[in-house]
Amino acid sequence: MIILFYIAAAIAVISTVCVILQSNIVHALIYLITSLLSVAVIFYVLGAPFAAMLEAIVYAGAIMVLFLFVIMMLNLGQHTRDQEKSWLTSKVWIAPSIMSGILLVQLVNVLSELDHDVELTRVGVLEVSALLFGPYVLAVELASILLLAGLVSAYHLAKK
Amino acid sequence: MLDLIWLLPTFPLLGFLSLVLTGGSLPKKIVAVIGAGSIGLSFLVAAIIAAQFLANGEAHFIKEVWVWMSVGSFSPGFTFYLDGLSLVMMLVITGIGFLIHLYSAGFMLDDPSYSRFFSYMNLFVASMLMLVLADNLVLLYLGWEGVGLCSYLLIGFWYENPANGYAARKAFVTTRVGDTSMAVGLFLLFAQLGTLNIQDMLHAAEAQWAIGSGLAVAASLLLLGGAVGKSAQLPLQTWLPDAMAGPTPISALIHAATMVTAGVYLIARTHVLFELAPNVQLLVAWIGLVTLLMAGFTAMTQHDIKRILAYSTVSQIGYMFLGLGVGAYSASIFHLMTHAFFKALLFLAAGTVILSLHHEHDIFRMGGKRKQLPVAFASFLIGSLALAAFPGTSGFFSKDEILLAALEMEGPGLILWIGGVIGAFFTGIYSFRLVFVVFFGESKAHHEDKEVAGFSMAGPLILLMILSVFGGLITIPVQEVFNHGDVHEEHHVSAFMHGIMIAVPLLGIGVSYLFYMSRALSIENLMASSMAKSLHKFWFSGWGMDRLYQILFVNPFLFLARVNRADLVDRFYELLVQLTRIAHKMVAQTQTGQLRWYALSIAAGLIVIVSLGVLL
Amino acid sequence: MQSIPIEHGLILAGILFSLGLIGVLTRRNVVFVLMSLEIMLNASGLAFIVAASRWGHAEGQIMFLMILTLAAAEVAVGLGLIIQMYRRFNTVDINVLSKMKG
Repeated sequence: MIILFYIAAAIAVISTVCVILQSNIVHALIYLITSLLSVAVIFYVLGAPFAAMLEAIVYAGAIMVLFLFVIMMLNLGQHTRDQEKSWLTSKVWIAPSIMSGILLVQLVNVLSELDHDVELTRVGVLEVSALLFGPYVLAVELASILLLAGLVSAYHLAKK
Repeated sequence: MLDLIWLLPTFPLLGFLSLVLTGGSLPKKIVAVIGAGSIGLSFLVAAIIAAQFLANGEAHFIKEVWVWMSVGSFSPGFTFYLDGLSLVMMLVITGIGFLIHLYSAGFMLDDPSYSRFFSYMNLFVASMLMLVLADNLVLLYLGWEGVGLCSYLLIGFWYENPANGYAARKAFVTTRVGDTSMAVGLFLLFAQLGTLNIQDMLHAAEAQWAIGSGLAVAASLLLLGGAVGKSAQLPLQTWLPDAMAGPTPISALIHAATMVTAGVYLIARTHVLFELAPNVQLLVAWIGLVTLLMAGFTAMTQHDIKRILAYSTVSQIGYMFLGLGVGAYSASIFHLMTHAFFKALLFLAAGTVILSLHHEHDIFRMGGKRKQLPVAFASFLIGSLALAAFPGTSGFFSKDEILLAALEMEGPGLILWIGGVIGAFFTGIYSFRLVFVVFFGESKAHHEDKEVAGFSMAGPLILLMILSVFGGLITIPVQEVFNHGDVHEEHHVSAFMHGIMIAVPLLGIGVSYLFYMSRALSIENLMASSMAKSLHKFWFSGWGMDRLYQILFVNPFLFLARVNRADLVDRFYELLVQLTRIAHKMVAQTQTGQLRWYALSIAAGLIVIVSLGVLL
Repeated sequence: MQSIPIEHGLILAGILFSLGLIGVLTRRNVVFVLMSLEIMLNASGLAFIVAASRWGHAEGQIMFLMILTLAAAEVAVGLGLIIQMYRRFNTVDINVLSKMKG
């Protein structure tokens, strides 16, 4: 299982790097789906099968399909790829990379102070669902309203 | 019943508010009912209160309505203080005020701003009542400024004419000089004595200050400054003649009967302070004397009917100051009252003349009007007799008392008396010059109109005529107020001196008769020499005071204003503006409109904050 | 269950988050920016899941669900905006939208 975690982690990082470096937008999207699926594997390994399922279905499935639709609608073809290449000069990478690097170093620095050797516990669908429709039922309702608002505004915004 | 004293200023104030809030939308009849009725109610309450107060026989009555503000030990309130002095003032203000309001209801009938006029008038009466009923100097100052404001508003009532606005500003600024001095006086009194309650303050002053001490002199001088400004005495007298730009009832109410006598009231109210500074009190007498003589000379040369009356007002208030200066407080207040009667009468009658003759002010373009304007003629005759102190009229008794008190005074008393008698001589001349020129002789005017005098105008005139004649028989209950140091009633004056005092005004009337009636003496001959001409010109201009102030104050001020046109103080604020502008430009630079730049800024901020969390 | 070091999971989340941030800051194509944002959101969701497993609580997973919902709504609105932008300006270059310049 540990091996599975590290393999999935490596795939996630590599495919994410490919997403941000890729100039072909459809390829980038495929890489992103790969990354999301590997994160789903990690969820499973970490003992969260419900989250893993949702990650695969909602993220890698539904949301990415939305992206795909938009890319198709906008017809971002060959000329977009050339445009991307001209935008992605090596110069633009410097400042964001340095900043993100600093941020990562700081995060690692903070994490190194954590206590090690703690057993991970498996949290199954049952616990999550019981909690979700128990004390957090109001949050679920609010989330559904948020989705409804997202639906309505997306429809309105995309209208001609 | 005495508790209802707070109603006195409340009625006019309510009248003012209802007239102001309706903004001239009411019909004129209702405006007149509100405007005059509120003062009438006030007068009714005042009369009942006065009757009860006199029946009670107590020295004073205090009614606290509410505390105005409370800062430490300093808590002036809306507290009304009633004693003999404020009683007289209260009755004069509401009584004369009511008659003048009634008169105005007819006089102003054709004016489009009828409602505005009555709202100002009501506010004035409310402020004036506040002034005389105040128990502390702060409330008194509120009323003091209130009447100043109303005076300004009413002088400039016909504001379409820029000259009226100028006159209003002149009156306002000139009295402001005095008011500033008075305010400083109040600060000084509070700083030294710790209270502004008038009675407490006077007691404290008596207890703490020796006679002639520097503080007493300073305080009384500063208060005198305020009184001089309000009462149009030397050297701040120049505003009153110009104040005649307002409607004539205003001149009667504010600039003859009530407001201009506020200075007299102030000095009488704080007379203890002035007694602590004998030199200042003597100065009061001298100011009064010089003013009354100067104004008398000037009044003889004027030919605008209202300006003559204005100068005679200045002159008569000079008499009151003279009386205050020699310690005859009750005589001064008595003269204040009788003067209110006959001067209101004269002004209102002048208003009738002016209105009947289509706003003609020049007396030499009138003439022979006694048949045409019978009510005005009778009013003028009686008013002038009282003004000239003809034996038996009200003015005779009051002026007599002042002059007798001056004569009895040691030291400069005789000089003051002689000056006052000379002034009375001039009073006789100028008052009857007016009567003879306007009402006798041949009618040279082109106006053949009838007298405009409905009941509301004639009624007040008749009542004021009665008061002017018999007002001298009233005894005013002010002995309690001035019980120390007042000159007592029995005068020991030789019959010869008394005879002179009676004869001199008659002599003045006679001289006036010779010049203007029988023409036995000719003015043309008198004016022949160039010296007489220049003297006439000098007097006509009010002793050149306006010119003097123009050179002394106005021109230097204008010069400074021109030099400092680009205001020095503004530099600092301009610098402030520049700095703000530069800061704005710098901050605006960060708003590039680029989304990635904003994201970068957020990330940078995140890094900084996390760094702080990690490092600290 | 074998123990996976918790800090490794969190470090993975940090790496993914940083990569997403680089993407947001670097890309000019607005679709890429939105994708990078998804990466960042996903990384934070991962952190919650790791924490949930560490403490054995289901609340972390519930937070992940909320993030998921938020991401879905955000993508819907964001893509709608992108379509609208493409119609108006005929480009997906985010630098074109600089009306807010001070």
